[in-house]
Parts: sequence; structure tokens; C-alpha cells
Amino acid sequence: MQVLQLLISGVAQGCIYGLIALGFVLIYKATETVSFAQGDLMMVGAFAGLAAMTWLGLPFWVSVPAAIVAMGVFGVLLERLVIRPILGQPAFSIVMLTIGVGYVLRGLITMIPDVGTDTHTMPVPYAGQVLQMGALVVAAEQLVVIAFTTVLCLGLFAMFKYSKLGIAMQASSQNQLAAYYMGIPVQSLNGLVWGLAAGVAAVAGLLLAPITFVHANMGFIGLKAFPAAVVGGFGSLPGAIVGGLVIGIVESLAGFYLPEGVKDIAPYIVVLLMLVLKPNGLFGEKLRKKV
Amino acid sequence: MRFIFKTQYNQDIALAKHGGHVFWYSLLALFLVAAPWVLAEYWLAQLTFVLIYAVVGLGLMLLAGFTGLFSMGHAAFLGVGAYTEAVMVNAGVPFPLALVCAGLFSAIAGVVVGLPALRVKGIYLGMATLSFGFIVEEGIARWEHMTGGNAGLSVNPPAMMGWTLDSTESFYFLCLVVAVGATLAILNLLRSSTGRAFVAIRDSEISAQSMGIHLARYKTLSFALSAALAGIGGALYAHKIQFLSPDQFNIIQSIDLLLMVVIGGLGSVHGAFLGATFLIVMPQLIAMGKDFLPAAIGGATGLQGTVYGIVLIAFVLFEPLGLYGRWLKVRTWFQLFPFYRRGMFKRQKSFQKSDRLK
Repeated sequence: MQVLQLLISGVAQGCIYGLIALGFVLIYKATETVSFAQGDLMMVGAFAGLAAMTWLGLPFWVSVPAAIVAMGVFGVLLERLVIRPILGQPAFSIVMLTIGVGYVLRGLITMIPDVGTDTHTMPVPYAGQVLQMGALVVAAEQLVVIAFTTVLCLGLFAMFKYSKLGIAMQASSQNQLAAYYMGIPVQSLNGLVWGLAAGVAAVAGLLLAPITFVHANMGFIGLKAFPAAVVGGFGSLPGAIVGGLVIGIVESLAGFYLPEGVKDIAPYIVVLLMLVLKPNGLFGEKLRKKV
Repeated sequence: MRFIFKTQYNQDIALAKHGGHVFWYSLLALFLVAAPWVLAEYWLAQLTFVLIYAVVGLGLMLLAGFTGLFSMGHAAFLGVGAYTEAVMVNAGVPFPLALVCAGLFSAIAGVVVGLPALRVKGIYLGMATLSFGFIVEEGIARWEHMTGGNAGLSVNPPAMMGWTLDSTESFYFLCLVVAVGATLAILNLLRSSTGRAFVAIRDSEISAQSMGIHLARYKTLSFALSAALAGIGGALYAHKIQFLSPDQFNIIQSIDLLLMVVIGGLGSVHGAFLGATFLIVMPQLIAMGKDFLPAAIGGATGLQGTVYGIVLIAFVLFEPLGLYGRWLKVRTWFQLFPFYRRGMFKRQKSFQKSDRLK
């Protein structure tokens, strides 16, 4: 029963990692760049939700979609303003750029007087409720995380599989040049992908907020989502979620069974092992350049 | 416009290409030697920090700027060096021996990281080094009887054979000697065949391989040398800061080090020094600028991070060659006046190059 309990909390935490990793993978697949700002986008998303609920006084069911849409728009703007001008530069420049974006987002949030430096509680309707199933006690927050992640994944899966937009995104991620020749507007698609990634990050932030509170440094959790993305294989969407779950469960079990301190580095040990044993990840594509 | 008339092959690899170099670098050397008598003690301490960070920056520049391998966990090597030095000096080991050991242990750590790094490229390498950084930070925090853990560890001043370097001036000279030595070593390395091999690997692994360069050996060597320099820099850092704790070597420090080489200018030795100067001077400038800003902005805690981020974004967008690239442009403008064209340093874009297919 203990194990099951640990598994459930691990899965809930893993879903958060998976959602952030999903953002990495979306951006990586579409534009071949890695966004280090994903964790900070998540943080801004949580703050957006908080602002909508407390300052604007909107009800919960309005402010959550509002925050997600606002972050989506923000992502599109971000791509247009800072990412697009340097597409085609070495990948490392873009990594540094997103690190810079992360610094700025975190700094700006901290600079908001009286709000930025404090820790806030997100007033969600399901806060503090628990579900008793025999000896198993599950917090409502964790169930919501798991349920929402599942729904979101199914939605994304359907979009990539059946909608014209999703298929165009897949095409452009496989070969931008060929997609461009086929008449797919690659540039605006990249903008949409950034918007989608920012929206997913906002979802992660809103789901995480009731569990860990909202504060300016919550974006550092994004650093644990990198192992998730690598374990799943950086180019695979289902891989990101599976990787997130693996990392979440490993972390949760390590926190209980292994000595103190191992919990914090368990994800990184897993990722190092993964890189040594199977560098392409669980679901990674294997491609070799033919000469 | 200066034309160099070459009469000997050795002129191609001479460190000072012409009289101008000799003149300006001698002037710089003169200033650095005279600095303790010219500068106030506070600024001398800052200059010492610049030299220390420049040593670390040279190491990272060798790895990132010249071999094209990006380490996102370089603070770990800094930490290994710093703690080795601290533990050995506190145990009474003569200072030069401890410094060598600090470099050596870091180099070994570098090889350990370099080995998995041989199989992975691009962002995966970043992940591997990032993970290594986290593991080392946690390891330092948990290995309490050696490192003092989160409580920290105080460091004795460098001493050998009854001779202690405990004043700001004497320590400054020590850092100066190490920094000049490291710079000359890197410059010499870069004009040797090993250095050329590093640059070849950076520009294209496939062509380097087909030219007969042993990729695994040179990549590991680059990691080892880079980590050794970071370790030596870390040893000096330990003495300068006199108190070590694991959180000085976290991911923020690693990113600061990367920021240093990117802003200084990737792929130039000057860049390491310019970047180190930037990293030390920037907080001072921000502190000075605070007085001119409204209290709500000037007093905010996030100001420094925001300014760092904006500067970083601005450099990546507008000046990817960093401070040194800007200086090159200014110099060329003056040399060619009035014939400088806007497109002279134009970047080439490549949309075809894919990390996934390497």
C-alpha cells in the first residue's frame, strides 16, 4: 500500500515534469532549439492565473483558460520578437538567448513590488480535499494533475494525428525545407509551436501551483524536466510524458527508500545512465547522416 | 592600415604579430604590475577577481569557444578545485603542491565527464554536464566530514615554507602570475597542432575525423585541460573568498560562467578576459545605477537578474561575437576609414544544419 501511495505521488509529480518536458520537445521538434525559459514560462503562467483570480476577481473556471490563452499569446509574441531574428544561428546562441529570457522573466516578476518576492497560495476550489480509497489516501490536487495531464495529452495526440495544423507541424519538424516547398508556412507555424509550448507550460504551472505555492523561483523545477525530456528521447512527444513519469516515480521512491539527498539528484543519475546506455532515449528517433 | 611584410615562416605563429602588439601589451603588463600602487584596495580586490574568473574563463573558452563543446556544469570543476585546495591547504600542504593537485583532480573529473560526452552531442552534452554539476554540488553538500557540508568550510591563506601570502597585494601578484601563465599556455596550445585539432573539431567533426583527428582523444583532452584550468581558478577563488559552501558552485554559477564566455566573445582568448571584466564590473555598475533609478525599481531584488538577461539577449541578437567582436569592428572601422562596409562581419545563416542528423 505504501508503494502504491508513493507511486501515485510520483506519477502526479511526474505529470508536471512531463508537461514541462512536452514544451521542450514541441519546441525542439519544430525549431531544433532547446528552450531554457520553459520553467520560467511555467512560473509566469502560474502568476497569470493567480492575477486573474485574485486581482481581477474572475472565477476559477474563467481564469484558468484565460491564463493559458494569455500565455499562448505571450509565447507567440516571444517567438516573433526574440527567437525568429536569430533562427539559423548555431543552436547554442538560441540556448543562451532562452537563458536570457528566463533571467528577464524571473527578474521582472521579482521586481513587481509586494508580490514578486512573496509566496502565494492559489485559491483553487479543490484545495485540501482528499479522496479515501481503502487505506489509500489521495490528495485531490494530485488527482487533478493526473486527470488534466491525461486529457491534455489525448487532445494533443488528436491534434497532431488528425488536424491539418498538427500534420503541418509534424511535416515542418521532420524537414523544414521540404515543408516550406510544400507550401506550409513554416515561420508562422514555429510561432504557433512556441505559443503551444507556452500554453502547456502555463497548464503545468497552474496544476503545480496548489501543490507547491506560487513564487518567483518555482521555474527551477524546469531543470528537472530536462532529464525527463532526455529519458524520453528529445524528439518524442509521448516520450516526454513517459520520461516525466519515470523521473517522478524514481524521485518519489528514492526519497523514501534511499538516504537523504539522493532524491534531489536521482533524476540526474537516471539521465546520466540513460545517456551512457541509450543516448537517444526511450522513444528517440535514430538518424544517421548518410555521406 | 598596417601591412605586415613576412620574411620568415615563424612570423605566422608569433604571439606578437607586430610592433603595435608589443607596445600595447607591454603597457597593459606595466599597468597590471603597477596596479597595487595605483589602485585603491577595493578595486585591487576586484581586479584579482577578474584575473581569477579569467583563468576559469580561459578553460571554458578552450572547451566551448575552441572545441565547440558546451558545458553547462562548469561550476562543478570550479568546486572540485576549490575544495581540493581548501582541504589540502588547511591540512598544511604547501600551496603550490595544493594548486597542482586542485588542477589535477579537476582534470580527472573532466575526463570522467568527458567519457560519456564522447557519445553524445549538442544538447545532450549540455544535459550530461548539467547533471554532473548537480551531482557534484549535492556530493559536496553531503560529504560532510571532508567538506563541511552546507555549514561551509573556511580556507587558510596560501602558505609555503613559512611564507604566507595574506595581504591583498601579494595575493594579487599570485593571481597575476597564474593568469599570465594560463594565458600563455592557452596561446601556445592554440598555435600547436593540438589546438588546431580542437578548432577543426569545432568547425566540423566529420571533416576533422576524415583528416585523421582522433575525436575521442582530443575531446577528452579538451575536457581535461578545461577542467584543470577551472580547478586552478577554483583554487584561487577559494583563497580569495576564504569561505566555501556548496551553493557557490550551483547551476547559477555555471550559467554565469557560460554568460561570461558568450558575452566576452566565443572563440577568442581576449573574450575570456573581457567577459570576466564584464562579470565583475556589471554588478558594480548596477549598484551605482541604482541611485539614479526610482526607489521602486532600484531597490527591487530582481534588478540584477533582469539586467543580466537583457544584456545577454542583446548580445546574442546583435553581437554574437561578444565584446571582442565589437572591438574588432570598431578597430576595423578605424583602420579602413572611410572604407568600412556594413556587411564585413555579416553572419552566415544555415537553415540546413541539423543536430539530429549529425
